[in-house]
Amino acid sequence: MPRLNTPEELEGFRQELVSKRDPNKPCISICAGAGCIASGAAEVIEAFKAEIESQGLAAKVDTKGTGCPGFCEQGPVVVIYPEEICYLGVTAKDVPEIVSETIKENKIVERLFFKDPVTGVRAVHEYDISFYKAQERTVLCNNIKIDSKSIDDYLALGGYTALAKALSQMTDVEVLEEVKRSNLRGRGGAGFPAGRKWEGSRNADEPIKYVIVNADEGDPGAFMDRALLEGNPHSILEGLILGGYAIASHEGYFYVRQEYPLAVENINLAIKQAESYGLLGENILGSGFDFKVMVHQGAGAFVCGESTALMTSLEGRAGEPRPKYTRSNIKGLWNRPSVLNNVETWANVPHIINRGADWFNTVGTDSSKGTKIFSLVGKITNTGLVEVPMGMTLRDIIYKIGGGIPDGKKFKAVQTGGPSGGCIPEDQLDLQVGFDELTQAGSMMGSGGMIVLDEDTCMVDVARYFIHFLTDESCGKCVPCREGLRQMDRILTNITQGRGKEGDIELLEELSETAVEASLCALGKSAPNPFLSTLRYFREEYEAHIREKRCPALACKALISFYIDPDKCLACGICRKKCPAGAIDGDKKIIHIIDQELCTNCGTCFEVCPAKFGAVTKISGVPVPAPLAQEKRMIIKKAPKESPKKNQGKAGKNE
Amino acid sequence: MDTCTKLSKTDPPVDPQINQQVGQQSDRKIDQQLEKLVDRVIDKHKGEASALLQVLLDIQSENSWLPKQALGRVSERLEVPLNRIQHIVTFYKAFSLVPKGRHKVHICVGTACHVRGATRILDTVEEAIGIKPGETDLELKFSLETVNCLGCCALGPVMEVDGKVHGKMSPVKASEVLKIYE
Repeated sequence: MPRLNTPEELEGFRQELVSKRDPNKPCISICAGAGCIASGAAEVIEAFKAEIESQGLAAKVDTKGTGCPGFCEQGPVVVIYPEEICYLGVTAKDVPEIVSETIKENKIVERLFFKDPVTGVRAVHEYDISFYKAQERTVLCNNIKIDSKSIDDYLALGGYTALAKALSQMTDVEVLEEVKRSNLRGRGGAGFPAGRKWEGSRNADEPIKYVIVNADEGDPGAFMDRALLEGNPHSILEGLILGGYAIASHEGYFYVRQEYPLAVENINLAIKQAESYGLLGENILGSGFDFKVMVHQGAGAFVCGESTALMTSLEGRAGEPRPKYTRSNIKGLWNRPSVLNNVETWANVPHIINRGADWFNTVGTDSSKGTKIFSLVGKITNTGLVEVPMGMTLRDIIYKIGGGIPDGKKFKAVQTGGPSGGCIPEDQLDLQVGFDELTQAGSMMGSGGMIVLDEDTCMVDVARYFIHFLTDESCGKCVPCREGLRQMDRILTNITQGRGKEGDIELLEELSETAVEASLCALGKSAPNPFLSTLRYFREEYEAHIREKRCPALACKALISFYIDPDKCLACGICRKKCPAGAIDGDKKIIHIIDQELCTNCGTCFEVCPAKFGAVTKISGVPVPAPLAQEKRMIIKKAPKESPKKNQGKAGKNE
Repeated sequence: MDTCTKLSKTDPPVDPQINQQVGQQSDRKIDQQLEKLVDRVIDKHKGEASALLQVLLDIQSENSWLPKQALGRVSERLEVPLNRIQHIVTFYKAFSLVPKGRHKVHICVGTACHVRGATRILDTVEEAIGIKPGETDLELKFSLETVNCLGCCALGPVMEVDGKVHGKMSPVKASEVLKIYE
């Protein structure tokens, strides 16, 4: 590998790379992100390599596993260049057909195209798919084009031009000013202006400073940072080096969640590659600027996503937050000025340097600039990562991009901002996404998790889930969070289990107030949010649980009973065979009944009862009807196409 | 007592009974091997006390859990008091002070999986293998853990066994998946 000593050498090397690459040479890109791997992408990649080899096409066709393009719902995703034909849900079995049809014959395999669920129209290219159409992809766009283990791929697409530009044409102060002028706000949660944070560190007296990537993405249901770390690690690294240059720091850290082994691997590889090219280390591109980067792994503690806790953890201690009398950009890691930004924030920096702060300011709302990646998950048709300009409405994100709620269910709320975020109900769907807009609605931007909830989701249970999560993750340092959350968790659990009593809501409010006021770090301060926001918009659900012992969404296990509607049961016997508790009684031609004493409410019968019968129902808040008397349970078979026979109308086969 | 049938993650590592139950860790030979492993890892991190977390993670990734002897050796070599190491290994969820089973079962209870019914999967699995999250059965066949998000939300609810992700689980499917593993 060559060491590049000047920006000109870098440019020359890039030209050489590009000229060696035939833009018309077919290239098969297969997403190797976590979602697609889970749906079998590894086998698909192997199958493609084997098929290309056996067909003798190895010299004519490139095959690569790439980063995540975001459309996890229909993975594994395969894109064939140069035509950009996009196949979805590809399995190893489809591979020979794709190779013989598309690669050799230039024909398409129609059944693997995206089919619009509404219009039924098939989309040939990625950019034709409704999921991608309304997005604006700046940070994520290169993921599918890059083999995440290849620095050459990144360079060929213009990688490290921002670094070369900054080192050769801009002073460190100019880089800082550019970022400040771009109004880039931190993508990790709080939305603090990155430029101001950087400036504070730069102006601090201490000569040794640090820049840190917060890659401890702990929010459940959020994986945008993971997609970037695994898919395009160099873009984050380039941003980090630029940050180091701007604040005159010579040492950077990646703090990566231990649960992301592939991210750790790819980042380590990226650092090695950048070092060998002279883009990292001493005298970068001959500019005299030295910078080194270390990777640290977390060990499974959610609180370590908090800035001071993360730094404590980096120092090799238990990750407990500390009071911020002085901000960490002045006194952070080892008590030295430390700039900590989220993965996505760093990945935006090279774009800002390349295209300028003015360009960045053209996208977004007044107070929130640029694009933001959201992970759209839960009860949504198109699960995946979406990158949209700030200011897009929630409705557009959920319906235009996400394709709405599956199975004809009704939308109930969208939960944003991770565990300490809040729920936004349907009447506020026209809210524009932005840091301040979401905070005003009682939620927050957080790192960009967006969990869609439908009518089957119980809001009290959602609040209990998050409070329970945060109780587990509380580091235990300060009382309002450690003890207060535990009590909140207990009360909410009681409510969902039918043991709620009058006064619980008020007590929860009081505990929330204390936690918000008196906790040390953001985890405790924002922890009551899930309760407060669900109470604000869904108070009636709390009241139904407490007063009527009823779960309106029929979700809380302790408050529902399963019941077989005798008018619909045709005694097919599936539920009886599948019931793990042996609680269902019945036989051939005998209407089945559930023994409520034995039933564990696991819901298996509800699930396996054929949809055309739909005999198993959930009941909440009212007593289960008494089982039929033995003699009435006989189903007398009717002749086909006949009107229902007498038999007390119980064998309504045509229902 | 519960510990007769299973090993809980937070059991004290100093309990000699557990060490005996699981393959006579007190054997001199194993002790020496462990010591070598610890020394190798510490040398890799240049013996810096600030690398404590990384050292422990590396030891665990090779040994699958952190025996008491290993912690003692780390304390000695890095000159960090054992109680600080204890603080760390009990603070962070990734560390285990008891041996792990042959098959590591992870049930994702992240938000996306939760709203799609992860609790029911967890209940089923707990019942099927007879242990709670954080525990290992005494035959060392299964270890069960809950995780907060595997990043495969499109496939939720998700169960991961030995690194392989099984998506779109239902209680019925989950118990069938477990039958594959011996």
